Amino acid sequence: MPVLKDKELRIVGFLCNWCSYGGADTAGVARATQPTDLRIIRVPCTGRVDPLFVLKALFGGADGVLVSGCHPRDCHYSVGNYYARRRLEVIKRFLPILGIDDRRFEYTWVSASEGQRWQEVVTDFTARIHKLGQAPRLADASPMLKIAELALSSLHALGSNLSAPLDELKAAIKAKLPDLECVIGWQKGYDGAHAVPLFMKTPEDVDKLIWGPLNVMNPAVYLPDFKGRKIGIVVKGCDSRSVVELLQEKLINREDVTIFSLPCEGTLDMGRVNEKLGRYTKIDKVNFDEASVYITADGKEHRFCITEYAQGKCYGCVTPGAVLADVVFGKPVPVSPGKFTPPELAMLDSMSLEERMGFWKAQMDRCIRCYACRNACPMCVCRDYCISDSRNPHWLDQEATPENKLFFQTIHAVHLAGRCTGCGECQRACPVGIPILALRQHIARTVSELFDEYKSGMNQNAVPPLLTYATEEKNIHERDL
Amino acid sequence: MSKIRFVKKEDLAGFLAYLRQRDITVLAPVEKPSASKSAIVFAPWEKGMPVLLAKATVSPKNAVLPECEALFTFRQTREENNGEMDFSENINGKPTVVFGCRPCDARGFAAFDKPFLSGIYPDPYYKAKRDGLTVISLTCNSGCETCFCHWVGGGPTSPIGSDVLMTEIEEGFVLQVMTPRGQTLMNATSHYDGTDRFGKVDALRKAAWTSLVPAPNIMDAPAKLAEAFNDIEFWHEMTDRCLSCGACTYFCPTCYCFNITDEGEAQSKKGGRRLRSWDNCMSSLYTREASGHNPRTRKAQRMRNRVSHKFWTFPENWGTFLCSGCGRCITNCPVCLDIREIVVAAINRKSAQ
Repeated sequence: MPVLKDKELRIVGFLCNWCSYGGADTAGVARATQPTDLRIIRVPCTGRVDPLFVLKALFGGADGVLVSGCHPRDCHYSVGNYYARRRLEVIKRFLPILGIDDRRFEYTWVSASEGQRWQEVVTDFTARIHKLGQAPRLADASPMLKIAELALSSLHALGSNLSAPLDELKAAIKAKLPDLECVIGWQKGYDGAHAVPLFMKTPEDVDKLIWGPLNVMNPAVYLPDFKGRKIGIVVKGCDSRSVVELLQEKLINREDVTIFSLPCEGTLDMGRVNEKLGRYTKIDKVNFDEASVYITADGKEHRFCITEYAQGKCYGCVTPGAVLADVVFGKPVPVSPGKFTPPELAMLDSMSLEERMGFWKAQMDRCIRCYACRNACPMCVCRDYCISDSRNPHWLDQEATPENKLFFQTIHAVHLAGRCTGCGECQRACPVGIPILALRQHIARTVSELFDEYKSGMNQNAVPPLLTYATEEKNIHERDL
Repeated sequence: MSKIRFVKKEDLAGFLAYLRQRDITVLAPVEKPSASKSAIVFAPWEKGMPVLLAKATVSPKNAVLPECEALFTFRQTREENNGEMDFSENINGKPTVVFGCRPCDARGFAAFDKPFLSGIYPDPYYKAKRDGLTVISLTCNSGCETCFCHWVGGGPTSPIGSDVLMTEIEEGFVLQVMTPRGQTLMNATSHYDGTDRFGKVDALRKAAWTSLVPAPNIMDAPAKLAEAFNDIEFWHEMTDRCLSCGACTYFCPTCYCFNITDEGEAQSKKGGRRLRSWDNCMSSLYTREASGHNPRTRKAQRMRNRVSHKFWTFPENWGTFLCSGCGRCITNCPVCLDIREIVVAAINRKSAQ
């Protein structure tokens, strides 16, 4: 149906078959006058409403989206709307970070007998959207490139952790190696300034193991491929959270995995390191002292102080040691917990909705959809079956638009809601430096606010909050509509 | 008209502005700043923008093989045309200059020409863009840790694929015309003759070559890779850390695989579009068949395809490696997988017997 020009806006409604759809019917039978902007899509249950439906509608040009289902305790399938309530609340709080006004999305409960209430809901919501007017489109946003100020204070001491007892760790790995198919760690890469993942199968391989601020990759990404096979893994604190999250979701078995760890004092932001090194023909040497890495390239020495060159995530790290490990050596790094907002998230927080939309438009412009972000993510376990590749359903098309590219990022972020441990591999892997981690950090912060300071990947027995529900939600409150 | 021109440093922007004035699209390195990793991409240059000469993060292949292009649009106008379909083909070749790419980038264009333009069915979409393209490359003054152009038949000053070869000297830039197309472009400009400065250029170019770490001989690579094809253990070992993303291929100046999809509805206002977009052999969809069967389910098989195509089958068909040694697959890989290592390992691999 074409929109009546100037009179109607595009509002998409997802209504539960058993309650709200019936409620709308009741209103219709009662001849209750209603605005005609709403396009209704009937779903079997609000639990069927994938949060991406909401985003897809908004990205596709909807001016408003309304989800309505059975009242809590009244779900036809007992608990569908309890799950929905959590997801929809998260998505509502996610919208502003993309530059979308969260008033454009609402969810509510209307039963089949509440024709009158339905009339009110539709009237009020339509009036609200009319007041907001047509939704701004990403295509029309004026692009804005802005760079975050990197934080230089951290919650634990940053350094190169020279005292980490690597030799003891190597001996322990060698002792366990006969029982394991391999142990994943790090080794020197194409030159001394770059480390790469190492798969240790023999004692000689173990001798190649390195530890320190160059070990930026998260080896947990490889674990799900080894499910059912005996394997070892060397982890930093942040990596261990990914391992725990994989255990929480039963994507790996605890008895298959042997976790080795040393305390971590931070890793280098290789993007900035490479930028400072510039073009060089040869790395002559790499030296460490307690606070810094010294890289000599073509005869010129560069000093990288860890407090200055750490990855953004390291400044807010509260788990320098492994959360879960079988073999640990070294002195734990003391942490002084405090409030910490990651620099890029803080920058987005300070922007207006319009600026944020312009920001993402400018950022996504250089994305070439290599999907390194997805493939480097330890929690992206769909691998070859990612919905972004699917032609049916058709979530994304091949057109190289910022909408498509940003929508992929929202797919990733939403699928990681309550699961993302903030390891930052998505952003580190991005070859063109798009600060996509901020989207995940925003959702993690939302999840923590809604669900009692929940942090993913801290406790292997905890159920991720979006995989469960509560009949009474402490921090999710009914909104008047 | 002289084949060698000299442009003063401060006049370079004027040169590009002049091209813009003549309605030539100029694709030049443009910096996209970021807190951690600023990217340099080839983007349309406009007067007032800085002229950047650093090696770009991405290759300039977008100029002839865009990340996504509509080959044609189709529209169905039910009433007027008895439901017939209107097609409008989108073959366009606007005059374009790629400015400031490196010899390795230029070599990518030369590599594309073989499959896209040879034979009885040249690709019309590619041809239109290629015919309108003039490539002005900047020679490199030195080697680089991740560069290996001289392994694969190129070099820091190689002219392959460049219409104009530019070298930076102290007081400015010397532009050397390499092809008739480059000559046509330069004839329209009034830059000074640079012949007297060519001695300096020559010295710099020689110095660039001497700065290189000697390359191993990889002429055996095709035969050795053919031998290694069935040694899947070898490929597992080489690719254990690969994440199977598409960074290596999308940043590669010589990778040209594409996918064709129809998007949109014929009866919609916008019409339907047949799109050609980049595809990569690291992706599962690349080989997934309509039945759902996928002959390449593992990253080892996918990387084997990539390396074999570049260093075995393409050379067998077209007589040159499908790699220009720019090293972007190494620097942009999230786990720094090194294609050089794989090629050398394949050459040194001991046969199973």
